[in-house]
Amino acid sequence: MSDKISTYPGTSLSEKEIRDGKVLSIQDQMPGKFSWDTGIAIGKYLAGLKDGVIFGSYCATCRRTVVPPRTICEWCFQPMDRYIPLEDTGIVNTFSLCYVTWDVRRIKEPETPAVIEIDGASSLHGIMHKLGEVEPQEIKIGMRVKAVWKSAEMRQGAITDILYFKPHEGSH
Amino acid sequence: MSMRKVAVVGAGMTKFVRRALETGKELSWQASSMALQSCEMTMDDVEAVCLGTAPDAFDGVHMNGEYLSDGAGAWRKPYMRSYVGGGTGVFVPIQGWYHVASGLFDVVLVVAEEKMSSYYPHAQGAFLTIFDHTTERALKPNLLWIFALEMNRYMQTYGISKEDIAQVAVKNKRNAADHPSALLGDPNITVEDVLNSEVLAWPVNRLDVSPVSDGAVAIVLAAEHVAKRITDKPVWIEGVGWNLDTAYWTNRDLAYPRYVEYAARMAYDMAGIKEPRKQINIVEPYDPFDYKELHHMEGLLLADRGEAPQMVADGVTQRDGDMPVCPSGGLLGVGNPIAAAGLMKIAELFWQLRGEAGNRQVPGQPTRGLAQAWGDLMQVGTVVIMGR
Amino acid sequence: MSDRVAIIGIGWSGFRPVTPEYSYKELMYEAARRAYSDAGVDPRRDIESFVTVAEDFHEGTSIFDEYTPDQLGAVLKPMHTITGDGLHGLATAYMLIKTGQFSLVAVEGHSKASNLLTPDGVTAYAQDPVLNRPLRMNTHFVGGMEMNRYLYESGSTQEQCAQVVVKNRSNALENPSAPFGADLSVEDILSGPPLSWPLGVRETAEHADGAIVMVLASEEKAKVLSETPVWILGAGWSNDSPGLENRDWSSANYTKNAAKMAYRQAGIYHPYQTIDFAEVSDIYAYKELQSLEELGFFQFGEAGLVTEEGLTHKDGDFPVNVSGGCLGMGNLLDANGLARALEIVLQLRGTAGPRQLEGINVGLAHSWRGVPTASGAVMIMSN
Ligand SMILES: [Zn+2]
Repeated sequence: MSDKISTYPGTSLSEKEIRDGKVLSIQDQMPGKFSWDTGIAIGKYLAGLKDGVIFGSYCATCRRTVVPPRTICEWCFQPMDRYIPLEDTGIVNTFSLCYVTWDVRRIKEPETPAVIEIDGASSLHGIMHKLGEVEPQEIKIGMRVKAVWKSAEMRQGAITDILYFKPHEGSH
Repeated sequence: MSMRKVAVVGAGMTKFVRRALETGKELSWQASSMALQSCEMTMDDVEAVCLGTAPDAFDGVHMNGEYLSDGAGAWRKPYMRSYVGGGTGVFVPIQGWYHVASGLFDVVLVVAEEKMSSYYPHAQGAFLTIFDHTTERALKPNLLWIFALEMNRYMQTYGISKEDIAQVAVKNKRNAADHPSALLGDPNITVEDVLNSEVLAWPVNRLDVSPVSDGAVAIVLAAEHVAKRITDKPVWIEGVGWNLDTAYWTNRDLAYPRYVEYAARMAYDMAGIKEPRKQINIVEPYDPFDYKELHHMEGLLLADRGEAPQMVADGVTQRDGDMPVCPSGGLLGVGNPIAAAGLMKIAELFWQLRGEAGNRQVPGQPTRGLAQAWGDLMQVGTVVIMGR
Repeated sequence: MSDRVAIIGIGWSGFRPVTPEYSYKELMYEAARRAYSDAGVDPRRDIESFVTVAEDFHEGTSIFDEYTPDQLGAVLKPMHTITGDGLHGLATAYMLIKTGQFSLVAVEGHSKASNLLTPDGVTAYAQDPVLNRPLRMNTHFVGGMEMNRYLYESGSTQEQCAQVVVKNRSNALENPSAPFGADLSVEDILSGPPLSWPLGVRETAEHADGAIVMVLASEEKAKVLSETPVWILGAGWSNDSPGLENRDWSSANYTKNAAKMAYRQAGIYHPYQTIDFAEVSDIYAYKELQSLEELGFFQFGEAGLVTEEGLTHKDGDFPVNVSGGCLGMGNLLDANGLARALEIVLQLRGTAGPRQLEGINVGLAHSWRGVPTASGAVMIMSN
């Protein structure tokens, strides 16, 4: 009972106590290697990226085009088998300016992750990617952007075949 | 069909610290032992054990549930571990609830543990592997991204400012100053402190975020006939709800957590609650980031959409306000050892509803509270309603 | 509290060493589609809750539960994941229905073991990180040590263990879903390379890919929806010590305790007389013998003898692993228990094809989570 307990267990340590060897520790790294089968829908998506095209898939029941493509519509549970080439342009749904890397190293120039609603997909349907060729302070929600691709010979069928999305004038 | 009644009869927790000397097993044992002592029970009385802990990557142990089992008291007992990402801490009491409500068990020990400090160089690195391995991981995302993306969308949709949101961090860290297990309690923190802390991922600053921590919490659940025998102050689990949205998080509206609403509606239905804003006295929504508390108050239907910041500004959510929110100090103040942090909210309601919360006690003899957690790819809501 | 609970829908896909044509989502979807069709339900409309069993490091994804709802029809529904065997998942659905709050619950388990390129490296990470892992031994050593102690105490022999492999892989020839069917002799098995002596490579189940989905229903719903409901008479699960330093090496307490719990619910006092056939864990061949004893079918030290006598053969008095077991169908990681339960359901429905057993009413499924764990589960079912 909270108000009847005077001391709570748990002992706080500092990094220093481990570094100085006052508290012993073991360091090790897991040899975990995976090769994930991409399957039908994501296989199609990656093949499209290699060709410089973003594919979505279409559900005839829900009349909805989604991206990334999938073989199952999660709303109606019917199979999806129509793949639709989408535009490589879209709208910034939301973004961030991130000053730390994935493994928490501090950086001066921020990374610029964004959710980009892809033209040709249904409303609010987008992908996560990064923004580029833009001053971070200039980025706005609702901004129109276009994919900047790696050159055809450098593309390998991966989400990184798109380098980033840059500001783009004009309508779709 | 009438539901078998289930009560919380005991609770215990460790301090939440940045890096604990104790192993995950030891933290689990400390919390479990304390919870059992609090209701004068022993492991012999426990018929089954439920464990909640989030990704194995933190501990660096495969099948981490099996590894932790003896620490959690599961030796030669029926034992299962459940997880729904960050929602786990409020899910594991739901798991305990269905163990008892099913009629299979009368006394169940529920333990939530997280030892995030084992991951080097920083626990945040483990979060890279929560993203889709083929379509997202190659971009090297970190967890701050999705919070920042969601926060930005929420601010933009309703015209909410960073000042509005920072008030939540101030309230919770001040509340946590009264919590003996808290890592980041601060009675003097101000909105300026939050706004001036370093930018991690705009719009998220350092003090908008709860700290990674080590810690464990345990509670004891009992069927009605046992609960009434061992305590004259059982706290009943009146309703539970959980809900999982699509993994395609870039294909939905980030401004509103509909999965939290669905989970809340399930719990309200079970508890027979028609007017949650009048019938819930204390709320412990999930607050790993300050805007999440606001987001969740709206999803829980306790605030209109976009209106939660006003409640904070008006003082409604202060400990002595009309609807105290995170009187414990929440994750922002007490700390965020993921699964343990969620179960800490259940322990807080247990103590508050029994009038045993000491300096944190909410005035007015509250009779009903709600705890909620959230997690995965901004995707899952877990809700427990407790009453005396 | 509700009355009885039944399995009313089953579906599966894969059961092959590799499934490169499908992503794990597509594999799960195929199994789910079949299970829902078999049960005659629409998941979006009818199923109230969903349970998956999965371990992060088997998937290569942290908090893997994120990726479970879409391909199961579970989006915006109550769904959660258990880090347990498929039988733990079934037991979870069983409890959910027994609360009276749910009448239709789906359970899914799968293996994409072929996508895990370093299975031994990952399994080593299930060892105690401080006490055991630094010794850098392949985790199969735990199986070797347990087998050695079990043979020593029970008087069972390596030949008897090999006989289990001969039986199960021969059974698998009659199961179109089993990839490891073969006509082998005891000599073939014993002449194989050792893995962790006395355990041999050929007494160890090879990994396979596959997904299994089952739909469970309350008694009321089952009677409306199904002409062949398979009733759950009892479910049990238990853990022994996770530590290698202080566990009982010859017996499997977790199996004994899980069985006790399930028998108590089912009101079974004489398992051998009441239960007609069983599917038990044979990730390692000796495990089948040890489990049959712990489940109370035979006295300690007897299972090997009766196996040699053919009692557990598909034509014997007490058929065991008619499906082919893990040795015949493959080690499906977290889905092993679901594969065992699947055979029980097929047999009790009378739809097991060429391997159909006659005159059966009660079957038992058992599973063990593999080395280095001491965790097992049991489910008893009847038609
Ligand atoms: Zn659809």
